[in-house]
Amino acid sequence: MKIHEYQAKGILKKCGVAVPRGEMAQSREEAEAAAKNLFGAGAAGVVIKAQIHAGGRGKGGGVKIAKSVEEAGELAAKILGMTLVTHQTGPDGRVVRRLLIEETLPIERELYLGIVIDRTEARSVFMASAAGGMEIEQVAAENPAAILKEYIEPGMGLEAFQARKLAFALGLKSQQINQAVEFMTGLYRAFQETDSSLMEINPFVSCTDGRLFALDAKMNFDDNAMFRHPDLRELRDVTEEDPLEVEASKYSLNYIKLDGNVGCMVNGAGLAMATMDIIKYAGGMPANFLDVGGGANADQVTHAFEILLSDKNVKAVLINIFGGILRVDTLATGVVEAARKTHISLPIVLRLEGTNVEAGREILKQSGMNFMVAETMKDAAEKVVAAASTT
Amino acid sequence: MSILVNRSTRVIVQGLTGREGTFHAKACAEYGTQIAGGVTPGKGGTVHEGWPIFNTVQEAVDKTAADASIIFVPPAYAADAIMEAADAELELIVCITEGIPTLDMVRVWEFLQNRRSRLIGPNCPGIISPGHCKIGIMPGRIHKEGPVGIVSRSGTLTYEAVYQLTTRGIGQSTAIGIGGDPIIGTSFLDALELFNRDPLTEAVVMIGEIGGNAEEVAADYVKKHMKKPVIGFIAGQTAPPGRRMGHAGAIISGGKGTAAEKIKVMETAGIRMAKSPAEIGETVATMIGVRA
Repeated sequence: MKIHEYQAKGILKKCGVAVPRGEMAQSREEAEAAAKNLFGAGAAGVVIKAQIHAGGRGKGGGVKIAKSVEEAGELAAKILGMTLVTHQTGPDGRVVRRLLIEETLPIERELYLGIVIDRTEARSVFMASAAGGMEIEQVAAENPAAILKEYIEPGMGLEAFQARKLAFALGLKSQQINQAVEFMTGLYRAFQETDSSLMEINPFVSCTDGRLFALDAKMNFDDNAMFRHPDLRELRDVTEEDPLEVEASKYSLNYIKLDGNVGCMVNGAGLAMATMDIIKYAGGMPANFLDVGGGANADQVTHAFEILLSDKNVKAVLINIFGGILRVDTLATGVVEAARKTHISLPIVLRLEGTNVEAGREILKQSGMNFMVAETMKDAAEKVVAAASTT
Repeated sequence: MSILVNRSTRVIVQGLTGREGTFHAKACAEYGTQIAGGVTPGKGGTVHEGWPIFNTVQEAVDKTAADASIIFVPPAYAADAIMEAADAELELIVCITEGIPTLDMVRVWEFLQNRRSRLIGPNCPGIISPGHCKIGIMPGRIHKEGPVGIVSRSGTLTYEAVYQLTTRGIGQSTAIGIGGDPIIGTSFLDALELFNRDPLTEAVVMIGEIGGNAEEVAADYVKKHMKKPVIGFIAGQTAPPGRRMGHAGAIISGGKGTAAEKIKVMETAGIRMAKSPAEIGETVATMIGVRA
């Protein structure tokens, strides 16, 4: 799960990590009020930052500096409602609905801090780099030695000595070290307490007066851990997500919309990916990833169908089920029900295998509906791609 | 012969009294697996479907001489269940549970260091040695005893591969689903080492997917040490970057973990790659000289 920058900064602040003063605003009036507060508190200027779940906002025109309350209001009015296109949003971009109004700072250096879970080492790794403001992937590709790493001992946090090592290596001044230790250990605490999967402070800034701040903040949470964080679940902004994906998540379906025209419904993530692959191999393009899971029931299958079909690009549907826990007859019943209920007119190719497959095939035959039945994955992919290209 | 499990493996089921636990314990027992009992804290002393239930894993081990466990405990408690099984020194722990928080698995991983247990999973279908023992949720009847080892990150895609082999008359020595999570107990590398040493495994099928670098690490082992042919497939060639494809571990991040990259590394290591998932069985048949 992703959250906005202003939400991440709220969490960091509670963990003792220094963030610039600022407020979230959803209208020109709120932006002006926030700017007025900041100027009143001595800010030299304010930054108006578009809040969307994607990076590259500055380059896309979503980050502007204002020197007065009036200017802040004008810029806020301009950015709110704009469709921001960045390298991370895709060509359609995202509509800006929220802003963060923040004080400007006398920045001297831009650094980078990040925390991820290293799969190979099976532990969290705290990363730091003097190349702040840049994409860390680019730094990693061009100059991996420029990324400093400290592994976190499981069950412990980032220890002070580790933070000191990083702080000195980043070239922070002696009088900044204690501040940096507090900042970094707080950052790791926030990572652990929220079950984050990724945290990035890019840039982590050092000001001319020696103060350190998280100028930007990105936090992603582990979806699997959200059951124990009801407070974090409330930070979810569904307007940032694809509406079909939001709908799918209500029924515990794993759906990701893609650009092709062959809709697919599969059980199991690996088989779902392989099915997408074979569609491409047969000359078509998948319209989605959809894993109905191991224990799907008829109701879920119906919802899965509805979601598949509400993507108007879909010209044909491939259902590939290898029944293990999910019995094929259960699935077939669900498919027939769903096809009746949704009055589907698109061609449907079914490839069913596994537990109770004979009973499942019989149900399809008895339904009197016009399903195409395929024997193998290859056969299924070829049939569905042919069907999609002729409708 | 097979790896890790055989006819004499004695299994306890953590979470036996739940719906999933009951269903699959019965299926495993029907397959011929020795299910010795179950563990459900608070229900110790009762009998469920003819099996004795214990409050703790230690008690179950003491009373039944079990050497393996299969876990069907809900995600919030599964990490604890794995550690309890490891503390009781079970040789093999198979964790089926999907959705365990990654930071919980970081603790589990640390806990398993310097302990004797091998963990398979979590978020996996388990392990089967066809004709001998099934500790998992895979449909037993699609399998056939034979010479091909299978190791895979996916569940149903493993069934697909097994099915393609069985319908060609090619049997399997052992099939292991290692799980789709970022942190798992048994890696491709571990499974390959075991298959390499197993006299009755003649070839190995390795089914990977996008995300991480476990396939690359395994490819390096194949290149340097593997004495048997390895056939590979990588799922997710059409997956977009930055999106988690169902499995928590299946995500291309920062341009790393793409299918193209993995396929290239595996091919370079001498692994025969099936281009399409429909060609896994056929590729194996060609490699081991069985006519399709």
